[in-house]
Amino acid sequence: MKKRYFLPDVECIDREELARMQTEKLKKQVRHVYEAVPFYRRKMDDAGVVPDDIRTLGDIVKLPFLSKADLRDAYPFGLLGAPLADCVRIQSTSGTTGKRVVAFYTQKDIDLWEECCARALTAAGVSREDVIQVSYGYGLFTGGAGLHGGAHKVGALTLPMSSGNTERQINFMMDLGATVLCCTPSYAAYLGEALREHGYEPEDIPLKAGIFGAEPWSETMRREIEQALGIKAYDIYGLTEISGPGVAFECAEQNGMHLCCDHFLAEVIDPDSGRVLPPGERGELVLTCLDKEAFPLLRYRTRDITVLDPSPCPCGRTHLRMRRPMGRTDDMLIIRGVNVFPSQIETVLLEMGYPPHYRIVVDRVNHTDTLDVDVEMTAGMFSDRIKDLTEREAALTRALRDMLGITAKVHLVAPKSVERSEGKAVRVIDRRKLV
Amino acid sequence: MSVLQLSVFAENKPGALIEMTRLLGEAGVNIRALSLADTADFGILRLIADDPEKAGRVLTDHGYVVRITPVICAEMPDEPGALAHILLTLERAGINIEYTYAFIARHAENAYVVLSVSDCRAAETTLAAAGVGLLTADAAKFGAS
Repeated sequence: MKKRYFLPDVECIDREELARMQTEKLKKQVRHVYEAVPFYRRKMDDAGVVPDDIRTLGDIVKLPFLSKADLRDAYPFGLLGAPLADCVRIQSTSGTTGKRVVAFYTQKDIDLWEECCARALTAAGVSREDVIQVSYGYGLFTGGAGLHGGAHKVGALTLPMSSGNTERQINFMMDLGATVLCCTPSYAAYLGEALREHGYEPEDIPLKAGIFGAEPWSETMRREIEQALGIKAYDIYGLTEISGPGVAFECAEQNGMHLCCDHFLAEVIDPDSGRVLPPGERGELVLTCLDKEAFPLLRYRTRDITVLDPSPCPCGRTHLRMRRPMGRTDDMLIIRGVNVFPSQIETVLLEMGYPPHYRIVVDRVNHTDTLDVDVEMTAGMFSDRIKDLTEREAALTRALRDMLGITAKVHLVAPKSVERSEGKAVRVIDRRKLV
Repeated sequence: MSVLQLSVFAENKPGALIEMTRLLGEAGVNIRALSLADTADFGILRLIADDPEKAGRVLTDHGYVVRITPVICAEMPDEPGALAHILLTLERAGINIEYTYAFIARHAENAYVVLSVSDCRAAETTLAAAGVGLLTADAAKFGAS
């Protein structure tokens, strides 16, 4: 018989028992982190809190928040909660050293993460009978590794495709009869179009479900993907800092994503005051790793804006749900699944001698994110030769690709054509309609 | 014997050229020849004017990015084969042409070709030795040799 839950005892645990389990794990984790990580000890000492102060789940508010700036200060080894010799893997986000996150994993951490992905797959109706095409990028990015591991835990046949090479993706999908697709929503939409161009109708495609995440998408896009591929599309949430995809996932009800509450404690706060908000209110998601070993973040500010929903779910899972993130508290853009900060683009421009007058335009054309950077021409860089100017554009495109990991289209524009503003410049125009 | 050419950066959008030429007209600058090179994003307007410095000042004051560069302006009889002769002369001397455009003067029998070349001085010497007349900056002002 097909499993509805990967770990029924955990996923459908009694709420009170879950709270007891979380409390025990939290107490143990705080003590461990305080003793093992000098960085945390300093932070907790500064906040005047010791492990003995943490007796209930509510006591978590006594702990200081951990921010991305803390991760930067502690880069690369400062937050290690386990001996480096016990670590077996790193995963990382894209970006410059300042923006890059390098997360460490012990074997137990990997198992925990993959198990979360296995829960997500099972919730999407996946079983050992399925053929899972993992078209997330493999490598430092957590997408490929996470779903790959989850697919193994479920016992499904795994096609480790990684991203790109659409022709080959289609061949494997059709020849091997892939029933489940895991990738970014924009790539799923793109594959849908490519399949149609190859003459395949939705009913010819063997897929029945897809698990899509790592970038913002909308309900409209979900319906389009579902129609194009003839599948049911499920949302998945995660971040490298906490583990990767699978921190939260959708069940068949598709009304919010269940957080893996036995591993991660979720709070929503007012991003300005830091005050914890009651369930149902919109704010910044803060996550605490209850039993991770190598990278045990406590009260990490994710910068994702969401709402927590503790109401019971008809699927039977008792773990509370979060809404699909509705935005960010910082200026990070997610473009084709890659995290991009406007400051990275600015760094490249300034290093190459361009003026700080630029405009970043993000759009979604035919389901694929586009990134355009308009840069103002100056007297110093102008030439009467077209070749000189197109070479400038090409050099800037290369430098941006090296920095961001994705291709941006560079346009030289007339001086003063980028709008100047008082105070904080509005440099980013995001035309994608996602909410 | 080079002539000063004014190049202006222009975005590829409606009205860009109108605005520039209007400004030059109001400043009393007369355009002798022009060429527009463009890509999908932008264009470069190159022009020979009777007063390139003034033209440059006017456009710079209005926020345009301009550049003044020397180009060769070679005289040729207004008849078939004349341009080929000039190009062949330069090619034999190993001088590369970056871009070129031509114009006809109103009150002269001759046509002129504007040449942006890899080596301006060598091109002048080569063409003069081949008996090709070159327009001077002063002559360009009046549009006749």
